[in-house]
Formats: sequence, C-alpha cells, structure tokens
Amino acid sequence: MSEKLFLYPTWLRVWHAINAVFFLVLLLTGISMQYSNPNWVLVPFDIAVASHNISGVVILIAYFFYLFFFITTGNKRHYKIEFKGLMGRVITQVRYYVFGVFKKEEAPFPTSWNMKFNPLQQLTYVLVMFVLYPILIATGVALLFPELIIDNFFGIGGTLLTALLHASAGFLTSMFLIIHLYFATMGATFFANFKSIINGYHEVH
Amino acid sequence: MKQRYKFTWLLIMLLGLFVHSQAQQNQQCLKCHGQVFYQYDNEWTGQVDKRPMNPFYHIDSVKMHTSVHKEFSCTDCHSPDYETFPHSGELRMEEKYACIDCHGGDENFAKYNFEGIEEAFMESVHFKANDEKFNCWMCHDPHGYQLALRSQESIKDVVSLSNQMCLDCHDNKFKYGLISDEMPKDLMETHAWLPNQANHFTKVRCVDCHTQVQSDILVSHKILAKEEALRNCVQCHSTNSVLMESLYSHKVRESREESGFINAAILNEGYMIGANRNVVLNYVSVILFGLLIIGLLIHLILRFTILKKK
Repeated sequence: MSEKLFLYPTWLRVWHAINAVFFLVLLLTGISMQYSNPNWVLVPFDIAVASHNISGVVILIAYFFYLFFFITTGNKRHYKIEFKGLMGRVITQVRYYVFGVFKKEEAPFPTSWNMKFNPLQQLTYVLVMFVLYPILIATGVALLFPELIIDNFFGIGGTLLTALLHASAGFLTSMFLIIHLYFATMGATFFANFKSIINGYHEVH
Repeated sequence: MKQRYKFTWLLIMLLGLFVHSQAQQNQQCLKCHGQVFYQYDNEWTGQVDKRPMNPFYHIDSVKMHTSVHKEFSCTDCHSPDYETFPHSGELRMEEKYACIDCHGGDENFAKYNFEGIEEAFMESVHFKANDEKFNCWMCHDPHGYQLALRSQESIKDVVSLSNQMCLDCHDNKFKYGLISDEMPKDLMETHAWLPNQANHFTKVRCVDCHTQVQSDILVSHKILAKEEALRNCVQCHSTNSVLMESLYSHKVRESREESGFINAAILNEGYMIGANRNVVLNYVSVILFGLLIIGLLIHLILRFTILKKK
C-alpha cells in the first residue's frame, strides 16, 4: 500500500474544479470568437461572447478566492522558488522526464508534505498563477470595458494591443493546460493524480 | 509675361468679387436664419421685435461654410422671393430640389453614382413607407453636408456623423413626428441584445447593419426593414467582414501581406475580434501547439511501450 499525503485541502480542490470548468469554457469560446466564421461555427458568436464574459468574471472571483487562501494558509510554501541552483534542478527534472522515466529511475524531486512540486512544476505554476493569470485577468477586464482602453499606445491601437496580449497569454495558458493534463497521468497510476485532486490525498509512488 | 500676370490678377479679383457678393447675399439670410433669436422692425407697431427662430429653419452658419455646398447662394436653391421679408406664406409650398436634380447625369459626379443612390433609396423602407414625403433632406442636411467617408476623417468621426443623421429622427420625437404618428422607439431597448452596446454605437454606423451592401455605392441607401437588418455577429466578426465592403471600403488600402494582419484597415481605428488576426501569430501558435501534441504523444507511446517491456 503506497503512502498518502493530504496535499490538496478542500478550498484548493473547490477552486481547482471551478477554475478548470470555467477555463475550459473560456478556451472553447475564446477560440470560437477568435476564429469566427459564418460557415464554421464552434459556438454561436453571441453565446460565445456572453459565456466568455460570465466565465471570465467567475475566474476573476475564483482567483481572488485562491489568493486569499494562498496568503492565509501554508500553501504558499510550495511556491517559494529557491533561485540558487534552480537551473541545475530544472535540467535534472527535464532529464528525468526525457530519459529517466523510461529507465524507471526514481523521481529526482519526489512529492513531499513540504514540497508538492518538482522544480520544473514550481517554476511553471508560479509563471502561470502569478504572471499569465494576472495578465489574462487584467486584459480581460479591460476588454470587458473597451471604452476605457486608451485609443493609441505609441502608434498601436490600445484595444489591439490589449487583445493581442490577452490572446497570447490565453494561448500560453492553454499550452500549460495540455502539459498539466498530460503530466497528471504520470502519477502512481495513470489516474492516481486525477483522483488526488478530487479526494485531496496524493499517492506517493 | 506681363499680359499673363494681368489676366491671372483679373481672374482672382473676379472670383473674389463673386465670393464676396455671394457671401453678402447669404449674410442677409443668415442674419436671421443663422441665429437662435432674430430681430426685425415691426412696421405696424414701430418697435423692434425679437423672436425665436424655428429650430427646423435654423442654419448652422459655421457648418454651412465648411459644407460641400458652401459656394452656393441661398437663392440658387430657394426662391428669390425669399429676399423679401416678411416671407410670403405661399413660399412654404415651394418644391425642394432632390440631390439627383443637380447631381444626376453629371460626369463630374459620376463617381458618387447618384443614379444608383436614387434607385437604392426608392427601394428603402423609408421611401416605401412614406413615398414622396420622404426626401433626401430628411437625413442629409444640404446646408452642412460633408464628405466624411471620402475625406481623411477618422472612422470614429465618420460613424458619429453618419449615426447622427439617423438619431436626428429616430431619437427626436418632433422630427420623427413629421412622418409618423407613433413615438420613436427607445433605441437602447431595441438594441438591448447587442453586446458592448455603447462600443457598437460609436464604432459602427447604423447603416452598416440596416442596409444591404451595394458595391457600386459607397454608402448603401437601401435601408432595410428592421426584421431584415443584420443580426448575425459573424458577418462582421470574421475575416470576410461585411464592414470591409461598407464602412472600411474606402480605407481598405493595406493588404494582409504588408502588415501581417488580416483586415488591417480596421486596425487603424480599433480592433474587432474575429475580423482581425495576425497571420504570423496564427502560424506560430499552430506550429507550437502541433509540436507540443506530437511531443506528448511520442512520450506517451514510449511510456507505454518501453515500460511495458520492462
């Protein structure tokens, strides 16, 4: 019987579930609007706009919910990056994913109570949660009120710039989602990590 | 050489005299019609009377002097009998010219296709519902008309000028009442379905949705019945945006190859989701996404095949 660590408290699982559902709606409706075509309709445009706006507001509220618990609980310990030797640790982790995993090597940075992320995960999660998400949310709110965006920013339309930033951050976050889902299959079993985010217990392997 | 200079000077002086006399003549009319209040000597009472000018007969003299018709005398279009005050009551029966009366069949105005405009107007819901009662001047102010779309005006200003023509009636119960017994409908309410309503109202003309695009006329005059108005968002919000044939048709100069953006003309004035796409970013995103999926698939297959063997 493998060891189980309670790493995902209720608030985190609730936030994760809300975030996952509404991010998928945002992704689907975002792609549908960006590539809208009268002959090829993924989601009808008006429904896509309304759903995207509502989901965006839900994600914004959920993000503040996450930030509140991030600050007030011990969860933030997982996000404290130790910059000294970071590059070496990241390379070790990448090497493990590319070669080690096929040789059945031990994970170089196994999940523990003090650190649930490996260095590569930690770096990407910090980038997504504290760089990409704020960009997505700030530009998304601005696009909800486009009349407030400045007309011209050093010769480039303000709305265009905001939209480009929003779509680019959205694209990178979507890439993260795919990688996140794939690496979730690399737990103790194929579905172990999916069960963990539902029941809160991480199965150590 | 001296002879040539003399001729030029004579021409300039003649032109100056003409403009001066025309301006002086118009000044006589604008003395009252250019004011909110006008005054006249009342011969019956011997007093000077001050009266409010009927807003329908008020002329914005500043707009008039910048309009396309600025070179005309008032009496070029109106009866010379108006030079007498008080004006005869019969003059209100005066038949007004329509655009086609002056501009029709004239090679100088061929590019505007006034004949096409007339034809489209005849098919418009305005003309069909009101017949001869609805004329050009219901929408266009001949005293202040400007060629906004063909000038270097920003699209935002073009939209504002164009929409004001519609709002002059559809948001004004007095003017609307000239042709209808009903009250104008609340436009915010009838357009409540439109997302980002304020933005649409300032970035797109009413006629962009309420007319059928006509390639031979810069601004379509076939105003459609409200049931036929464009309501499918994707007809604007797509790469084949109808706005490129209407609002932006005169500004479509940049090709997607030059700027890297699809429908680059729109970018000069704003951004429209679905209609604007960056070609380079499109390719980069597809390539990155494809590489990611291929990479992960290879990893997944190797995980299953190599690890199963072990």
